[in-house]
Amino acid sequence: MSLVNFTTREITCKIVYYGPGRSGKTSNLHYIYGRVPDSRRGRLVSLATQTDRTLFFDFLPIDLGQISGFSTRFQLYTVPGQVYYNATRRLVLQGADGVVFVGDSQARQLDENLESLQNLQSNLLEHGVDIRTIPLVLQYNKQDLPRELILSAADLDDALNFRGVPSFSADALHGKGVFETLKGISELVLKKLAAGTAA
Amino acid sequence: MTSALNPKYSFDTFVVGAANRLAVTAGRTVAENPGAAYNPLFIYSGSGLGKTHLLMAVGHAAKKAAPALNIEYLTLDEYVEAFHAAIAAGQGDAFRRRFQNVDVLLVDDVQFLTNRKEMQSELLRLTEALQVGGHQIVLTSDRPPPEIADLDERLISRLSGGLVVDIGAPDYETRVAILRRKAEERGAKFEPGVLETVAGAESGNVRELMGALNRLVAFQAVNDRSINAETAKQLLGIGSEGADGGKAAAREGAGPAARGPGDEFGDFLADVTVTVGKAVEAWRARVGEAVLRWEGEGYRTRRLEALLERDTPSAVDEVIASFTQDVERLKELEAEVAELDPQAAGQSVFRDPERLGEAEEVATKVRDGAAPPPGPSAAFPLAAYAVGPSNEVAVGAARAVLKQPGKKYNPLVLVGKSGLGKTHLLNAIGLELARGKRAVVACLSTQAFVDELIAAIDGDRVDWWRARYRRATALLLDDIHLIAGKERTQEELFNLFNLLQDKERQLVFTAPAQPHALPGLEERIASRLAGGLVAEITEPDREVKRSVLERLLGQQNASPDPALVDYLADRPAESVRGLVGELQRVVGAAAAQDGPLTAGLAREVLEGQAPRDSRRSAGFRTSGIVVSSLGGIKSREKIVWDWSDVADRVIEEFR
Repeated sequence: MSLVNFTTREITCKIVYYGPGRSGKTSNLHYIYGRVPDSRRGRLVSLATQTDRTLFFDFLPIDLGQISGFSTRFQLYTVPGQVYYNATRRLVLQGADGVVFVGDSQARQLDENLESLQNLQSNLLEHGVDIRTIPLVLQYNKQDLPRELILSAADLDDALNFRGVPSFSADALHGKGVFETLKGISELVLKKLAAGTAA
Repeated sequence: MTSALNPKYSFDTFVVGAANRLAVTAGRTVAENPGAAYNPLFIYSGSGLGKTHLLMAVGHAAKKAAPALNIEYLTLDEYVEAFHAAIAAGQGDAFRRRFQNVDVLLVDDVQFLTNRKEMQSELLRLTEALQVGGHQIVLTSDRPPPEIADLDERLISRLSGGLVVDIGAPDYETRVAILRRKAEERGAKFEPGVLETVAGAESGNVRELMGALNRLVAFQAVNDRSINAETAKQLLGIGSEGADGGKAAAREGAGPAARGPGDEFGDFLADVTVTVGKAVEAWRARVGEAVLRWEGEGYRTRRLEALLERDTPSAVDEVIASFTQDVERLKELEAEVAELDPQAAGQSVFRDPERLGEAEEVATKVRDGAAPPPGPSAAFPLAAYAVGPSNEVAVGAARAVLKQPGKKYNPLVLVGKSGLGKTHLLNAIGLELARGKRAVVACLSTQAFVDELIAAIDGDRVDWWRARYRRATALLLDDIHLIAGKERTQEELFNLFNLLQDKERQLVFTAPAQPHALPGLEERIASRLAGGLVAEITEPDREVKRSVLERLLGQQNASPDPALVDYLADRPAESVRGLVGELQRVVGAAAAQDGPLTAGLAREVLEGQAPRDSRRSAGFRTSGIVVSSLGGIKSREKIVWDWSDVADRVIEEFR
């Protein structure tokens, strides 16, 4: 998928929110949806189960309008977190320009986080993408939970962020850290684009 | 009364973009040829888009091209004021004369003509006078002539009669280029993205853009820290309206979610804008700048434009660099060709880097075709020139000239009667000068010079002809008096003379008499000839005659009989040529008799009766003039050409 189309002067960024089940990926999208002016957002497509679990994926298109002469669009996706939906995850990952890994800060979820991260790596490889080259940021969600239940951002960095990518503490339900994360990934994606085209 | 031109406002500091390219090109054209193209040139645009800058740039460029030009810049208000003052002082006519003698008149802000009937008629009169006199007039206004209220119809048509161009608001790329140029001028450095943010604010006015830049520069200087795009936005109060996209977003998204400190989406958008500006636009801006720059200079930029059309162009900087290199090469070629053949330099191949190969071919062709002007004849070496008291002034001058060509005696005019060796000395000087490195010596007879010019006029290549001679490092013309009555040649020679003399290139002429004594020669040429050194060659003295005779006899392989040489050298001779003629007769007689060359034979031939079957022998160079031997009937006056009524008379006699 072409990120920047110079003929039609369009920039399209596909960003996938990845992570273990119930880590708060859809919450991120919901918060963003709530903050984007009506005219700028498409319908948030969400295929969820009765119990609000993402069955297939969420999709939120955002139109950023003309930026430096380019009509700029962001497409935000989430993947279903449950282990048995791996085929869907792989499908959604296809053509992603950047990945937000939403980790669950609860201490007891650490293994799920690690497993999901490994799953991300292998799914990217299936598409021939090296996890070291694709723009990636980590979000440590649910930092609003009581201290004794969660790991601190520093601990999580130690545990998950062995590649030293940007990481953000967040409380997706209330919106803390959501846009910081989005900014972080956007910057990486757009910078990569510059590195890929110029010189 | 007249404002001085601000030295900062030149073409060099004017950033050319799509919106002002036409105006700049027209301005440049006018500056290069005042009064020739677009007269008057009328430039209009909104405030702060560079009218005054462009106007002054025209003034500077015109001044630079021709320092002697009388250039005046003033605003209409200043003109009105001066006019009123002149009228009050009773000097209205002097005022008019003063402005009619201006070569390039630059009038700013003529929109203030509204409701000034008397000024309108004054300007109409002035414009007419300047146009008639071939003087250039350039005017600026904030609107086109027909839209200036209450403007006289005649003035409208007069002002619109030349070229009316407008300067539009700069586009984003030009704004970025202007900001970069200005920041550089001020020695201010900004973090990446800052200038793009300022440019993104879509101000349609360069002056406002400068104001914004000034604020940033001042802020940075006061706080002693560099500001980023975010700070710049806050400082300039553009907030999330910092970019095209942001502006639209803020306008449309006036809902509660899109305002105030909690406007996370707005912040996000602003951030993305800066990132995109830095990332996407970085290379596009570079390409865009290059396109604008080279298009502005009149080059085709297809190669660069092709870059913009591609999705993911690679090696952008390399392409720009190679393009620039090609353009530089084209410039070199064009300059070279312009010197050889100005007409050929105008070809479009020199403006298209994609046709560099063709341009090289054209240049090669021109180079080959650019034959050097006729050079000196090798038959007249300086070593063979006989020196004696009769010509030592001329020879001394020639030696001085050879020592310091163009510096000591320029021009050198060799004066003397026919056959005294002027041509020999002229060619000898030419031969010596031609030994110099990179010397291009034009040495020819004036008749040939005239014929060449006529052929050039006929073939429409006068420019080429001129260029050929202007390249010469020395010009030597034989028999300059033959230029008499040839007005065009005198004109061309006059210009060529001045040009070469300015460049300290040697000029040598020969003439049968002092320059002022030559009939049909324009005074300006005669006085220029007399302005150098006029060296006279008189009748050959014994010394000259002896060495000439010895040389000629030596060439003949005849052992010279000293008595013969003495005899011939003692005979009175008006010219060297005459002497050569005498010797030739003697040699001819000796050959006819198959006898030796002796003084006795010479005496017999030259004083007694001529040998019976003397014939001319080859070997000596003579003047080549052979007198007809038909004898008696040589004079037209002695021949009756018209036999009136002869037919009648013949018939009558037969009767």
